[in-house]
Amino acid sequence: MTTLEIKDLQVSVATDDGAKEILKGVTLTIKDGETHAIMGPNGSGKSTLAYSVAGHPKYDVTGGSVTLDGEDVLAMSVDERARAGLFLAMQYPVEVPGVSVSNFLRTAKTALDGEAPKLRTWVKDVNAALEQLNLDPTFGTRNVNEGFSGGEKKRHEIAQLELLNPKMAILDETDSGLDIDALKVVSAGVNRFREQEGKGVLLITHYTRILRYIEPDFVHVFVDGRIAEQGGPELADALEAEGYDKYIKASIGG
Amino acid sequence: MGLEVTSHLHPVGSFDLSDHPVPTGREEVWRFTPLKRLKGLHDGAALTGDGIDLKVEAPEGVNVARVDVADSGRGRSGFVPTDRVSARVWDATTGVFTVDVPADTELAEPVVVSLTGQGGDEAVAGQLLVTVGSHSSATVVARFQGSATFADNVEFVVGDGARLTYVTIQDWDDDAVHHSTQRAVVGRDASLKHVAVTFGGDVVRHDVTATYDGSGGSVEMLGLYFADAGQHIEHRLFVDHNEPKTSSNVLYKGALQGQGAHTVWIGNVLIRKEAEGIETYEENRNLVLSDGCQADSVPNLEIETGEIEGAGHASATARFDDEQLFYLRSRGVGEKEARRLVVHGFFTDLIRKIGVPEIEESLTSTVEAELAKNVLEGVF
Ligand SMILES: Nc1ncnc2c1ncn2[C@@H]1O[C@H](COP(=O)(O)OP(=O)(O)OP(=O)(O)O)[C@@H](O)[C@H]1O
Ligand SMILES: [Mg+2]
Repeated sequence: MTTLEIKDLQVSVATDDGAKEILKGVTLTIKDGETHAIMGPNGSGKSTLAYSVAGHPKYDVTGGSVTLDGEDVLAMSVDERARAGLFLAMQYPVEVPGVSVSNFLRTAKTALDGEAPKLRTWVKDVNAALEQLNLDPTFGTRNVNEGFSGGEKKRHEIAQLELLNPKMAILDETDSGLDIDALKVVSAGVNRFREQEGKGVLLITHYTRILRYIEPDFVHVFVDGRIAEQGGPELADALEAEGYDKYIKASIGG
Repeated sequence: MGLEVTSHLHPVGSFDLSDHPVPTGREEVWRFTPLKRLKGLHDGAALTGDGIDLKVEAPEGVNVARVDVADSGRGRSGFVPTDRVSARVWDATTGVFTVDVPADTELAEPVVVSLTGQGGDEAVAGQLLVTVGSHSSATVVARFQGSATFADNVEFVVGDGARLTYVTIQDWDDDAVHHSTQRAVVGRDASLKHVAVTFGGDVVRHDVTATYDGSGGSVEMLGLYFADAGQHIEHRLFVDHNEPKTSSNVLYKGALQGQGAHTVWIGNVLIRKEAEGIETYEENRNLVLSDGCQADSVPNLEIETGEIEGAGHASATARFDDEQLFYLRSRGVGEKEARRLVVHGFFTDLIRKIGVPEIEESLTSTVEAELAKNVLEGVF
């Protein structure tokens, strides 16, 4: 059993004009076996939610709580959160010059497990994960995200998801910038992950097209730092047809 | 009296010590250096000490000897002292340590010269002359350790078509002072790879000049330094493109941590009128790991002809990148380990370029040790 519980989460960032509130009370519960999609317009705070749960230092949590199986996530350091079972596939993965993908993956796996993986099976696992995501075997020798194409960055994030195998995955616009073939490859990876026992997924996206390959159980419409509406997969279809306009108007009006 | 210097890229030298007044610290070439900590090397400290123990490992094919100044052939690189320290070394020394590789010789192994300071009170002066005959290839490693106040003049004469890799490793104790003036002349189609690695010492100041004798020569200068609290590490590089179709490539990378850690990198490049078709690129990157450090980085390109292939430079000083650390930590990697990886990654491309396997390995572990000493202790 795994439950990620976000309650009335309020988050601000420091700006030159003082603190700016971005999340204005977000409440969301994700249980294992569930896939939640968060959809919302640019700048509505989707990445802020993802980063805040992962513990990025730029974001100040000013209110609310986040727990994973009852444990206080907000009290944990960034790496403790990962070791507790959280994973964030980033919208803009970061370049780490001079650190090879294979060194990075091995270091991460070692940190998560508390011991180095068995060399032979690990090399096999890495190669298999790269292959399934259509990444060349020589990918392991390249420096993390350095010179990767947009699509390679996203596929590399999902290769990590499969290799590091967390309990709860937050995928921040993993679909953006992917052509249709890459979208299928990435979706297949996410589906392999969530078909396992005890896995939860929070899928942040701007577009409905990824939801054709990864069917969500719940859809949340995110506007101006809040969840404006929630429903089942049919809500995504309505958004596809109507867009976010009515929610944006409502939020400005209210 | 002093010499009339119009530009520090056109230095005027003199063997006459009286032409070199004691620097005040206001001179362009001295303005970054803490003169007070030079223990009189720039002034009048006796250079008669012998507190440096020297060991040589030399493969077959190379002649290594201590030769009297008169018979040494010193000055063959075109060396003329342009500052008081090198003039004093020239003046004070009676012998030259020579490493001579005859023409058409490929050394199978590096020549390794280990110099260990014995901690004596008196300053020591030394001279090294490395000559590589035409079409030969050699690697020479100079490793400095222990404690000393040491000033040296080093010359490299790389014959036509020859290849020399010179690696100098400053692994001094914390109280050592090392001032080094080096000059290389690179023959037609010859190449010099000059690698400077500095971890230890209180004050280390290296002044390295490369010139060419014939077209087609290439110079690569690589540097790696790690300054801890209170350390002053200064590299002054000067590539004098005085021949056509020559190339130079400079990459220096440094990390700084701890109160008062100070590094200086001066990258001077002169492209003379006759140096048509040359190519040059120089780059210095510094990674600042804690508060209280200062990294000065001054690239300086002077171009007297427009007929060149390319000329560029880059200089950047950055702090630890929070985004990189966040990315690594979000994968479960602890903070210290993440910092270690980032610093490691910062130096990796440079270490790979050295091309001397024994050195690459030991450097990787020395970087580890420096990091273990400090980064992992939580300076932050
Ligand atoms: N440092 C900052 N200073 C000011 N505003 C900021 C800062 N960082 C983020 N914001 C603002 O916070 C809001 C939410 O940003 P966030 O990246 O979470 O949006 P998003 O929903 O992920 O958008 P997108 O769909 O473009 O990825 C935006 O309006 C953004 O401009
Ligand atoms: Mg976003």
